[in-house]
Amino acid sequence: MQAAAGTEVAAAVADAHRREWAFVLAATVRVAGDIDTAEEAVQDAYASALTAWGSSGIPGNPAAWLTVAARRRALDIRRRAATAQRALPKLLDPEERGGSGPEFEEQEIPDDRLRLIFTCCHPALALEARVALTLRLLCGLSTGEVARAFLVQEPTMAARITRAKKKIAAANIPYRVPAVSELPERVEAVLSVVYLVYTTGHTAPSGGDLMRRDLAERGLELARMLRVLLPRDPDVAGLLALILLTEARAAARVDEHQDAILMENQDRSKWDRRAIGEGTALLREALASRPPGRFALMAAIAAVHDESGSWAETDWDEILGLYNLLMERWPSPVVRLNRAIALGFAAGPAEGLAELDALGAEPQLARYPYLAAARGDFLARLGRLEEARTAFEEAMILTDNEAERRNLRSRLDGLAR
Amino acid sequence: MSKYLILIYQDEAVARQAEGESISDSYQEFMQRRGSSLLSGAALHPSSTATSMRRDGAGGFLVTDGPFTESKETLGGYYLIEAADLDEALEIAKEVPAGVGVEVWPVRVVS
Repeated sequence: MQAAAGTEVAAAVADAHRREWAFVLAATVRVAGDIDTAEEAVQDAYASALTAWGSSGIPGNPAAWLTVAARRRALDIRRRAATAQRALPKLLDPEERGGSGPEFEEQEIPDDRLRLIFTCCHPALALEARVALTLRLLCGLSTGEVARAFLVQEPTMAARITRAKKKIAAANIPYRVPAVSELPERVEAVLSVVYLVYTTGHTAPSGGDLMRRDLAERGLELARMLRVLLPRDPDVAGLLALILLTEARAAARVDEHQDAILMENQDRSKWDRRAIGEGTALLREALASRPPGRFALMAAIAAVHDESGSWAETDWDEILGLYNLLMERWPSPVVRLNRAIALGFAAGPAEGLAELDALGAEPQLARYPYLAAARGDFLARLGRLEEARTAFEEAMILTDNEAERRNLRSRLDGLAR
Repeated sequence: MSKYLILIYQDEAVARQAEGESISDSYQEFMQRRGSSLLSGAALHPSSTATSMRRDGAGGFLVTDGPFTESKETLGGYYLIEAADLDEALEIAKEVPAGVGVEVWPVRVVS
């Protein structure tokens, strides 16, 4: 190895941060005994890489280099803590308890990312805490970045992360992969987190932009990571398929002014054929397990859109059938709403509208802008323009996303007078 | 090993009916099966027999009839258990034949 230029080193460290953070942290937690110590050690390791790689060159296996450095640092911190008479760390793996410095370089570093994922996404933690921990510990986002992603104040997010870490330590949430019997439930808890990260990026709940690309990309990366770690799990395949098949349309969803474009009006040549191909292959695999899971069904719906040559050719009967299957096993007001929209296109706007009106009583949908927007759409198709106008205005009030509001405004303005 | 307190919640009306009865078969079974993890436990009288004592800030207590919070679901009993980690504690807690459900609280280790 030879000395590397500063910019090259900075780029290599940034790249390793993005790609290897979870691996390095997961491998360090076992030695550090608790997450905070491990995080501190990993941060130090990345900082020391900046100088070390500059003088001795960028190592062939940055993850291994960083892990060895972080583990050594973690042991230093522990020794210091032990002399300071602090309580013994809790997450220590028994076989690692006697371990010390140099021999780590000899042994192969185990991939502990699954343990870290299952700890961060333990169902005993609130969903919002799971999401925050996952972005912080698996994606390596700073607390400030996580706070901005969810539009909360940084101290609020810091408190949320601290509370979750305290629960992990106090309640002794284990650092291990759950037993096979618990796996389906525990995988579901992980998938719900990854899906929430992705959907928050795909259509930002608030703010100026329709999408938050960084979060959507993190969601895709997490789903890919899970696919590598749990290659035979059909629900993991289903979620990755869903994200790929949805993400494939991302480039066509906004115009040059960042205004939202409805699928009906999207330029389908901008859809990412490679992502669609990869997604459909995964979908086939996910659907092979009977009965198909929630994400596989949602991915199948996305695939019907992706494979349709035009909006007019959309196979709405197929989509309606898939929503019926979803309703049978995973009924929710949002699924009912989407089913009603599919019904409106399959059977006609009057049927769709009747179903939407029946949903008006759902308290969960009372402030949901898509219900009002869908009503406006069907009312317009039925020529009931005054009512359509009212519905679009209601949707505009309810949405907190500026790009969506502009889209609603143009649909409102487009109504024939 | 960690210690956990399992608080057992049940419907207040059901609790009142069951008063005075011996321990049900389902609890007997549970205690036999999980005996090695149970440190202690007890069944409680209905919440109407409880007495709350709140500090009045002047060195004394305000004594009132009933628990701190009245609700349809009340504390019916508890177990103090020992488990390797939260996952094991939750496995044990799942088997408690509680009417409404249980809360699992980690016990603080005080040195």
